[in-house]
Parts: sequence; structure tokens; C-alpha cells
Amino acid sequence: MSDISFLHRALVARVLEGDGRASQSMRRSAYDNAGLDDPVRTLIEKVALHANTVTDADIAAVREMGLSEEQIFEMVVCAAIGQATRQYDRALGALEAAMGER
Amino acid sequence: MRLSVLDHGHSLRAKALMALIRLVSRHRVVDAVKLALYRPDFYFGGRVTQEAMRGPSEWSVADRELMAAVISTANQTPFCIMAHSATSAIAYRDHAKVSATLADLDTAPVDEPLRATLRILTKLARENSLDADDMRMALSAGASSEKIKDALAVSFAFNVTDRLADAFGFAVDDPDAIKSGARFLLSRGYG
Repeated sequence: MSDISFLHRALVARVLEGDGRASQSMRRSAYDNAGLDDPVRTLIEKVALHANTVTDADIAAVREMGLSEEQIFEMVVCAAIGQATRQYDRALGALEAAMGER
Repeated sequence: MRLSVLDHGHSLRAKALMALIRLVSRHRVVDAVKLALYRPDFYFGGRVTQEAMRGPSEWSVADRELMAAVISTANQTPFCIMAHSATSAIAYRDHAKVSATLADLDTAPVDEPLRATLRILTKLARENSLDADDMRMALSAGASSEKIKDALAVSFAFNVTDRLADAFGFAVDDPDAIKSGARFLLSRGYG
């Protein structure tokens, strides 16, 4: 079977703890989709829960408050990886629960 | 794309590679490639995707590309639906099978373990979670725990990629460019 566990951990560690243009606390908040103020909160929540509803205006609003495009890139990447990781972990937990009953 | 750095902010080496891609493929560089070549030291999702999509698995490459298309359909991500339905259709050599699966999973011409697995991948993308009952359904349909774990790896990769494609505003390419990209993914992969 394929094994993404090492690469997944490395990816999460890199985007949260490695060098970046956004602060580590901002990246962690985006990853967790928690503790952010508007307009960043709106953008990150959309990326996490309804990414197909992100608009040009959502990005423009975050840019206008002073975030650089490099910082916005990092925050969006962290939000996407954070939500996908929560989905992945919940699904693996459900599989473990089902297998434990067998 | 919504961030100009994803169109124009690449390293000189990446810009040279994109020029070569334009020359050889005779198509514009698709937005997924621009993302992959922008700051790969920060975001290297392609390596996770390569393992999930081309690493060892009882699922075929065609099956995993179909999973990517189904997950992207659940996430309503046009770029990834087009790219991975085309890649799956070429890999299966069966466009009708892919179209029928995306149109109606209940009547799709796929075996029961794959159908059950596609169901849980759709639910995970839409509802963000699964429970033990969902997994019991897939297991009882004949999907082994190893195959389910492999499918969840595909799910992780595309639940990241779909979000980035939507948030950054990936353009949907013309049919010739989509086919060219699909052939590239089958011959060269994601890494």
C-alpha cells in the first residue's frame, strides 16, 4: 500500500514551522481555521469549508489590509492542508473504530 | 490566477522550465504546474500526491485518477474535475465509464468495492467527516482496510489541491490542453 505518513508530517511541519513570510502564529491560525479577524477570517474559513466560494474580493480585502501576496499564499496553503488533515485524521479514526470491532 | 505571484513570481529556473513547457507542449502552462513550481521549498504537495497516486497500491492508476475526479466533483472544483476525469479516461481507455461514474455513482459501471469507496470519499469531501458505520459499509462491500487507507491518501491530496485550485482561481483549459496534461500525468506523474 502507499504510505503518505512521512511526507504528510514533513509537509505539515514545513508549512507551520519552517521559514515563511507570514508569522508562524498566523500560519497556525490559518491551519486551525481559528483565532483570526476579518477579512482574513472570512477568506480562511471559505478555503477550509467552501473553497469554491472564494472570490476576487475576498483576496483583495486581505491584500488591502496589508498582507503581501506571499503571505496570502502561505495562509491559504496552511488553511487547505489543515482542513484536509482534519478530514484525513477523522476518516482514519473511523476506519480504526470499524476495524476494532471485527 | 488571483495572486499575481503565482503567474509571475517564480524563480529564474522555474521561469526557464515554464518556457520550455510552452515550447514543447505548444500550450500555455496550466495553473497547477505554475503552483507546483512556485516556492516548492514551502509547499511540496506534489510529493504527497505522487505517493498517493502512483505509489504501490491494489488500486490501479485509473482507479485513483477516478477517485480524484469524484472527490473534485464533490468539492465542485472545475479544473480538477476536467483534468482527472480526462486522465482516468485515458488510463482506463474508457471515457464512458468515467462519465457514467461522475453522473451517477449508484449506477456506475464499477465494481462494488470501488463504488463503496467512492461513496465514502464523496461523503468525506462534502461533510468533512466519516464514522465507523461508513467504514463498515465500505468494508462489507469488499474494500480492504489497506485499500481504504490508500483511497484516503488520495482524498488528502485532492482535498488540499481542490481547495488551492478554487482559492487561487485556476483557469479551466481548452480540451486539447487538458488531454496533453492528462498524458503528462500518466507518463511523468506528480512529483
